[in-house]
Amino acid sequence: MLSKAAARNFFLVGTFLCFGAFVLLTIDTISKVPAQTNAENLTDSAIRGKHIFETNNCMGCHTILGEGAYYAPELTKTYPKRGAEFIRLMLTDPEKLYPGQRKMVKYDFNEQEKDDVIAFLKWISEMDLNGFPAEPDLMQ
Amino acid sequence: MNYKTQKIAYYFFATSMLLLTLQIVFGFIMGFAHMGYDGLHSIIPFHAARASHNNLLVVWLLTGFMGAAHYIIPEECEREIESPLLAYIQLGSLILVGVTAIIGFHFNWWEGRKFLEIPRPLDYLVVVNVLMFIYNIGMTIWKAKKKTTTTLVLFFGLLMAALLYLPGLIPTDNQTMDSYWRWWVVHLWVEGVWELIMGGILSFLLIKLTGVDREIIEKWLYIIVGVTFLSGILGTGHHYYYIGTPRYWLMIGGIFSALEPLAFLGIAIYAIMVAKKGQRNHPNKMAMHWTLGCAVMSFVGAGLLGFAHTLPQVNLWTHGTLVTAMHGHMAFWGAYAMLVLAIISYSIPNMTGRKLMNSSISAYAFWSTTVGMVSMTVAFGVAGIAQVYLERKMGMDFLEVQKAIEIHFLGLILAASLFSSGIIAYIYEFIRCGLPTDAPVDKEYV
Repeated sequence: MLSKAAARNFFLVGTFLCFGAFVLLTIDTISKVPAQTNAENLTDSAIRGKHIFETNNCMGCHTILGEGAYYAPELTKTYPKRGAEFIRLMLTDPEKLYPGQRKMVKYDFNEQEKDDVIAFLKWISEMDLNGFPAEPDLMQ
Repeated sequence: MNYKTQKIAYYFFATSMLLLTLQIVFGFIMGFAHMGYDGLHSIIPFHAARASHNNLLVVWLLTGFMGAAHYIIPEECEREIESPLLAYIQLGSLILVGVTAIIGFHFNWWEGRKFLEIPRPLDYLVVVNVLMFIYNIGMTIWKAKKKTTTTLVLFFGLLMAALLYLPGLIPTDNQTMDSYWRWWVVHLWVEGVWELIMGGILSFLLIKLTGVDREIIEKWLYIIVGVTFLSGILGTGHHYYYIGTPRYWLMIGGIFSALEPLAFLGIAIYAIMVAKKGQRNHPNKMAMHWTLGCAVMSFVGAGLLGFAHTLPQVNLWTHGTLVTAMHGHMAFWGAYAMLVLAIISYSIPNMTGRKLMNSSISAYAFWSTTVGMVSMTVAFGVAGIAQVYLERKMGMDFLEVQKAIEIHFLGLILAASLFSSGIIAYIYEFIRCGLPTDAPVDKEYV
């Protein structure tokens, strides 16, 4: 029967090996993410857009890259699907576009801030996400 | 109580109960909003309710873990807490930071990253606060003559939880790396080091409640936490499938996530076996109910329901849908909420000297919360699967789908009402036990 010391060694060695592998994979991931996410296209405007996205907790209702809350639409492909003008209108007066429906906070963004959010969503939409979001396949 | 400073735990537990109550209130606000009743939108918009609900969960569980440490460590180490004054200052400052964060959310002050919504200046205060806690508990253990495995596993879990908060502070402009580091905190907490805390608290409870030999229980504790880390560390990969990270994470995350239920299965089998083997007929029956409930429900919620959607082929469709909420609710309830309620149920009669734990109200609290949470999980599951098929597989518009699944949120609210009635019953019993005293407690209770 396994002794307590052997059980402790199993825990320590297993944890050490797995954490070591995780660190190595993290180093490799850090080196590959810039190419996979087209980081060269990450403009100052897109970076400001990310900051606006975070400081208004957009993830508190929406998902982006499939992460966030499930109260409002997934935003990863909003730029190619809806276009810049739709996003601009939505950021100006959401209730005008969807009267009487689920509400979004009306923000007082200036035109530059709206451009920044659009630039951020454009950059997000061009990433290689290993096939996410998948195209609907039941209505073909 | 064997040590006077154990009663510090009572104030941590009382804070936990208060925060849990608030968390449930925000949960109802969100449930009604999903049904279309969003009358509070102008004062509590959905994202404020959501951030409050999530952060209150994290803080009430952490407060519960801290309370558990203040109760368990003196008894295991056979000495008083190093500095009771520091413990009270730490609790007070934790409450202050928490309240500031929740109020801030309602004035659009946040960092806006899922589960890490609190603004950056408050992050630094959390770090200072947790360092105070780690110092106080660490010194208590350091100066003790006796250092048990249960103590060391619990302390290592708490220390790693504090250290793993730091990767979340790494600055990056890239959304993918932002998410990457965020999961170092969130995943390695809940599917990593929090399970050490869980293992430590469960071991303590099983040793006390069953009377089974400490050597046997602690040996299995090492094996279970070993399996937890073997599967859980690389299992972080299931968050890296579709966020812009390399494709190999699909295979690594898929394989190691599939192993994650084994750790929870191990906990469930171990708890049931130990309970059956135990010769001791401990008078606190409800503490045993919560302990075994935690072991079994964590396997179902975190183990099975997690596995149900972490296979990459499934997750491609379920990623970012209400299916995640289904798994999340029962996982947190089973693994961590029931654990905190178990240690409270065990320790309160010992701290207050009032042996009210086996009342019918306590039994109602256990069964109605359990049945309520299972029903909530079913409601989220039905809504989530319907969402996956209508929106993701058939391509229907998001808002049309949300209209179609509104009715499942009525089911959710009814289930949540049953659940909440159980929590009210639990807190009623907690209050009825009164404040802690320094009177010695009967030997058969400890």
